[in-house]
Amino acid sequence: MPVLAPIGRAFLAFLEAAGRLVLFAAQGLSAIVRPPLYPAILLRQIIEIGYYSLPVVGLTALFTGMVLALQSYTGFARFNAEGQIANVVVLSMTRELGPVLAGLMVAGRIGAAMAAELGTMRVTEQIDALTTLSTNPFKYLIAPRLLAGIISLPPLVLIADVIGVMGGWLVATYKLDFNSAVYLHNTVDFVHYDDVVSGLVKAAVFGFLITLMGCYHGYHSQRGAQGVGSATTNAVVTASILILVFDYVLTAMFFAK
Amino acid sequence: MSNGLAIRLTDVHKSFGAKKVLDGVSLDIPAGQSTVIIGGSGTGKSVLIKCILGLLRAESGSIAVDGVEVTKLSAGEREAVNRRIGMLFQGSALFDSLRVWQNVAFALIQGRGVPRAQAKPIAIEKLRQVGLTPDVGELFPAELSGGMQKRVALARAIAADPDAIFFDEPTTGLDPIMSDVINELIRRSVGTIGATALSITHDMASVRKIADYVAMLHAGRIVWHGPIGEIDRSGNAYVEQFIHGRAEGPIQMDVRAH
Repeated sequence: MPVLAPIGRAFLAFLEAAGRLVLFAAQGLSAIVRPPLYPAILLRQIIEIGYYSLPVVGLTALFTGMVLALQSYTGFARFNAEGQIANVVVLSMTRELGPVLAGLMVAGRIGAAMAAELGTMRVTEQIDALTTLSTNPFKYLIAPRLLAGIISLPPLVLIADVIGVMGGWLVATYKLDFNSAVYLHNTVDFVHYDDVVSGLVKAAVFGFLITLMGCYHGYHSQRGAQGVGSATTNAVVTASILILVFDYVLTAMFFAK
Repeated sequence: MSNGLAIRLTDVHKSFGAKKVLDGVSLDIPAGQSTVIIGGSGTGKSVLIKCILGLLRAESGSIAVDGVEVTKLSAGEREAVNRRIGMLFQGSALFDSLRVWQNVAFALIQGRGVPRAQAKPIAIEKLRQVGLTPDVGELFPAELSGGMQKRVALARAIAADPDAIFFDEPTTGLDPIMSDVINELIRRSVGTIGATALSITHDMASVRKIADYVAMLHAGRIVWHGPIGEIDRSGNAYVEQFIHGRAEGPIQMDVRAH
């Protein structure tokens, strides 16, 4: 039927794109575990992803923690449950908001930069030049970036968790007149090992997804400035969507009863 | 001094979607000689060179480099073959993030594991061979003019003393004097190393300067090939039209935008 044909074509195109992406990811992961490794490039990427993202992620976490405390207070005050604010802030930050917001901010910053860099290398034939110089582009360009994403995001999210909780504490103690020691005691009391670890595992997965999307779209960039522009946009959009999808999947896995 | 690599192409086909770019290319590229492939824009010259290097996969046909069939090599075997070939890209393709000397020494450091301290003097010497001073080695590619970038790319292509060097439009975008300088450097570099040279260009001045043999590619096929001395009496209508740059003749240029 003519109505079904475009749907079928779109579905086949989706399967083809998904297959290409999975193969790219497999090739990238296989390049991580096979020598040669490029420690200098890996270190540079870790600094770029982890260290230089600290200000933006830190600020995001700070204001998220602050607004969370303020909003929870408005809600909980109606039920005389203000004591739960510390609980809400620390659980929200460690389980969800820390990894997701850090992931989204890094996707915007790093995913775009990575796609633009590799896209420019593709259109100026620098990636082809690597091959002619007996250097595997997957090992030299892709593997260090993927590994740096996996390594950098967990510490970044841990710092975001701490700053977010601190933001909540600042609002609770200085604006809402909570007792500082009680708030901190409640925070430490409520948070469990699983809450933090689940967030860090999410962070590692998000780090992989962000760098994968940046590398994939940059590596397969079309010719010209428009091609690089599209690669950059696609890298950020797909990484952001995948972060939200995998956030649900991982949450369902970790906390399924 | 290298003895060069012989390259034999037999009935090579390559398409992009419905568009046939190479439609049965057969050509012998003799070892230690300079062969130039000429042809209009979009006739598949770059595709042909990329198929030989393994950057593109030929759909059918045979490509033999020094007697080794390269169309079905594993990645590791391909790296070994490419280690014997240097390539100068049309846009130079220098790595922006690396200094000039690191670009030149790239194949030595990354491809052959030569320590940086040993590779640097070699890179500086190669830069000197293409007429650049050692202080240029400390600059980044973005700080160089187009002509200097081409020289650096040439130094990078010859850095590992390859058995074959490919040149993709080596003089495109350069003024006539710089073009002649690059042609001279190509001739001298190839002569010094004794490597096989395979160039693609549509610059006839360049062809006459660097070629021992010429092959003309049109509509995905080699329509003529022979020694450079015979190009002016080839008797081939395609070659005649091309070398004299005439609008009239068997080659019809598509002026419509696609």
